Amino acid sequence: MALLEVKNLHVSVEDEDIEILKGVDLTLDTGEVHAIMGPNGSGKSTLAAVLAGREEYVVTQGEILYDGEDLLELEAEERAEKGVFLAFQYPVELPGVSMTNFLREAVNAVREARGEEELGAGDFLKLVRERAKLVDLSADLTKRSVNEGFSGGEKKRNEIFQLAMLEPRLAILDETDSGLDIDALRQVSDGVNKLRSDDRGFLVITHYQRLLDYIVPDHVHVMVDGRVVRSGDKNLAVQLEEKGYEWVREEAAAAA
Amino acid sequence: MPTTLDTSAPAKDRFLSAFEMSNGQALNGKNASISSHREAAIQRFAELGVPTNKLEAWKYTDISKIVDREYTLPLSMNVPDVDASDLDDVLIEDLDAHRVVTVNGRVHNGLSDIGTLPDGVVVSSLADAGANHPDIVEAHYGKYADFEDEAMTALNTAFVQDGLFVYVPSGTAVEKPIYAVHLTVSDADVMIQPRHLFVVEDGGIATIIEMQHTLTDARVFTNTVREAYVGARGNLDHYIGQVESDASSQVQTTAAYHEDNSVFSTNTITLSGEMVRNNLTITPDGEFCESNLYGLYLGKDQMHVDNQTLVDHVHADCVSNELYKNVLNDASKGVFNGKVFVRPDSQRINAYQSNKSIVLSNEANMYTKPELEIYADDVQCSHGATSGQLDEEGIFYLRSRGLSEKRARILMLQAFAQDIVDEIRVDALREHMTHRLRERFASYFDRSE
Ligand SMILES: Nc1ncnc2c1ncn2[C@@H]1O[C@H](COP(=O)(O)OP(=O)(O)OP(=O)(O)O)[C@@H](O)[C@H]1O
Ligand SMILES: [Mg+2]
Repeated sequence: MALLEVKNLHVSVEDEDIEILKGVDLTLDTGEVHAIMGPNGSGKSTLAAVLAGREEYVVTQGEILYDGEDLLELEAEERAEKGVFLAFQYPVELPGVSMTNFLREAVNAVREARGEEELGAGDFLKLVRERAKLVDLSADLTKRSVNEGFSGGEKKRNEIFQLAMLEPRLAILDETDSGLDIDALRQVSDGVNKLRSDDRGFLVITHYQRLLDYIVPDHVHVMVDGRVVRSGDKNLAVQLEEKGYEWVREEAAAAA
Repeated sequence: MPTTLDTSAPAKDRFLSAFEMSNGQALNGKNASISSHREAAIQRFAELGVPTNKLEAWKYTDISKIVDREYTLPLSMNVPDVDASDLDDVLIEDLDAHRVVTVNGRVHNGLSDIGTLPDGVVVSSLADAGANHPDIVEAHYGKYADFEDEAMTALNTAFVQDGLFVYVPSGTAVEKPIYAVHLTVSDADVMIQPRHLFVVEDGGIATIIEMQHTLTDARVFTNTVREAYVGARGNLDHYIGQVESDASSQVQTTAAYHEDNSVFSTNTITLSGEMVRNNLTITPDGEFCESNLYGLYLGKDQMHVDNQTLVDHVHADCVSNELYKNVLNDASKGVFNGKVFVRPDSQRINAYQSNKSIVLSNEANMYTKPELEIYADDVQCSHGATSGQLDEEGIFYLRSRGLSEKRARILMLQAFAQDIVDEIRVDALREHMTHRLRERFASYFDRSE
């Protein structure tokens, strides 16, 4: 049984008749890294949001199994407790919400769900320092309000830092590489690589093959207009970079 | 001699006849300057009458329906007994302060624990101050809270009996806060009219915390007037916690006047009450004054809270900072009308005003009206009002990291209120308020679950 099985997933926006995902199939197991590429507006973030439990999307057909369990039955926080983590494409700034307080609560909620003991203040801070190092995030940033006044790169690193803190089984990275300079890109990818493990799966959404030079994927999927039109190994990303999306788009049209 | 107001007569006539009956009572006779205001005040009240919502200033707050009830007017000097344990229940934990307790607007020496004050500092009843410090009272009493256009101030001035008096002499710092615990105790519906006077002379420093409690389920209407004077280079840090019962209403008028290089800060946190109207007027009458006005209102049920503020910049080179925040749940209503007035010769004024509200329910309403009237040209003024819901994007972010929806909403509300809480510079009070806020926010979501 795979960690994640997405079967014929159709998704629309609440109170609008637009279908965004038009039958997505995807199977991902622990220990694997899958990359999703695709042009703007093809539905990549929508897939990520549906996996994380956003309520504004309505699943009209198909199913999502997580560890064999119906994921769509669960609230966003229940998914987090069971090990689903989404690194946001646009991390939200929350002025006045202390990073430390929020994260300690989140870590302990997830730990409790896993049947682990609550982390005391001292152990928590130790873990913060250790995991912040993983992505070269200054521990000072963790003393501020969530993402408030963070630079673009700091926000993205903060997402990976939280990933490291929460130790999910399924980590979804939505364009974590976008807008990063080369140093930050390396820091983020190094962090992700250190977090790869046999009992964790990654779904990495990106526009650029260059990220996949750092985070080498086991599988690459191309999403166009709400469907996965082509899957392959890491070489698919290279081909895409050379030939552009028109190539898969034409192929998909020819097949239809 | 408690007088019950006969509701068959119009509200105004009831007060006029109560005045006739009580004339010669109260502070009358003890202090000439206080009593000299009484006649003029009742005459002015007779002309103005009880405010109704036909007046622009009372448009959203129909106080007449609260005033028009059959209250007892306690006019004798006797105050009801209060158990020390009832007092203990409301005290702020770990607050090391000069504690002064008032019961129905009168200072209660038995329950107070004022302790040792620096030389020359006075914390007493206004009644005693009228007798012991007539010069100070005469110099300041009735000088700042003008009753010409304010019927409720006229009414208070006509019936004035007692209240809290604080005096800080020149150059003296009162290190511990002065902590006023205002209690209202009554079996019957009751109306009380406390009158407070705070005088901080030049270079004086003081912190005054006032917590307003009711120890009764009866309906209470409190019509408070408070005058504050801060002399040159003085600093008065003032806090009001409105935590009365849901059957309590009040009109509270604060008039502050401060001079060159002085700072006056006031922070009003309103957590309960049926109808609450706070009138705050600050007049920084000197150069390099700093006036800070903060307020937080957390509405629930049918609460109605109206904050009216006026900063009257009559002098150049001053700064005023104003931030009022509201959270409205259930069918609560909020009103904010903040006025900043910059007079023609008041150049180089920096005046900031902001009013922010979160409306959590469809039945709740916020009416806000910021007003800047600027007659000088070299000034920096800004004002803004926002009203909206909690940021759902932020809530989803927190939930996606494992926080329950309720916890996510509570954290977001706490964050919203945080900058008002951060303005509380007394640690024990800040902790106390943080705790009360957390409880209130949790209660918002317990009921709907
Ligand atoms: N909440 C929404 N309401 C209406 N339309 C939406 C909503 N969310 C997504 N869409 C639409 O669905 C389509 C897919 O959007 P999505 O954000 O999933 O694309 P994407 O592949 O992540 O694009 P990008 O590469 O630009 O991030 C777009 O046309 C978008 O406008
Ligand atoms: Mg996207």
